[in-house]
Amino acid sequence: MSYKVTEEGGISIVHLDGEIDMDVTEKAKEIIMPLIEAKKEVHLNLKEVQYMDSSGISVLIESHQKATELGTKVILKDISKSVLKVIMMAKLEQILNLG
Amino acid sequence: MNNLAQISEQRDFVVSSSSLKDVRSFSREVFEKVNIEQDLKDELVLAIAEAAQNIVKHAYQGEDTEDKMEIKISLANGNLEIGFFDKGRPVEKDKIRHRKIDDIKPGGLGTFFIQQIMDAVVFKEGEKPWINHLILSKKINY
Repeated sequence: MSYKVTEEGGISIVHLDGEIDMDVTEKAKEIIMPLIEAKKEVHLNLKEVQYMDSSGISVLIESHQKATELGTKVILKDISKSVLKVIMMAKLEQILNLG
Repeated sequence: MNNLAQISEQRDFVVSSSSLKDVRSFSREVFEKVNIEQDLKDELVLAIAEAAQNIVKHAYQGEDTEDKMEIKISLANGNLEIGFFDKGRPVEKDKIRHRKIDDIKPGGLGTFFIQQIMDAVVFKEGEKPWINHLILSKKINY
C-alpha cells in the first residue's frame, strides 16, 4: 500500500493505493487517525485500491466511528469496484459515508 | 484457460500477515486456470485470504513463528475444495462465529465473508503433523 495526503480547503484528502490487508492496517490507521483526531474532515480516495479485506473494512469502520465521536466526518471517494463490492458484502453502504 | 479443469495445487506459507499477499497471488494463479467469472475469482481469493488471516490472527494469535500453513486448492467435477492446514492452537469450533452484521464495529467480518462466499465451512482435527484442518467448499459452474 502506498499513500499521499493532500489538503484542500481545510479537508484532508488521503489517496490510498494498492492492496489493503491485515499487514498494512496499522500503517493505514497511522495515516488516517491523526487527521481525524485533529478534527479534520477526511476524504479517503479509494480509486487505486485494488483489494481490501475485512481488516481494511475495519479501518473504514473505526475511522467513521472516531470521526462521528469527534464531530467530524470521513467520506469515501472514488471507490473502486472491488472495494465497493466488499463494502456491500459487509452491508455497510448505508453506514459509511460514500461520496 | 481450461473449461474442464481438474486442479489440485498446494503451497506452504509462513504463518505471518506478510504472507497474505503471497496467499492471494497463489490463489489468483490457480483460478486463472479456470473459466469462471472474474467476480467469482475475486470472491474466492477473498475467502481464502480471510481464512489464512484467521490462522495468523486466531490459531497463532499474531505471534511470530516459523511455522508454515498449507493451502490446497482442488477442483474436480465442479466441486471446489480449499483445505487449510496449520499447527497453531486447536480451533474451538463452538467459539467461531461472525459478529451480528447489524452490530457495526471493527472486526469479526472475515468469517462472515467466508460464509457468504462459500457453500460450506468445515473444521476438522488435523492429521499429524497438523493441528487444524479447515475445509471450504463450493459448487462451481464452469
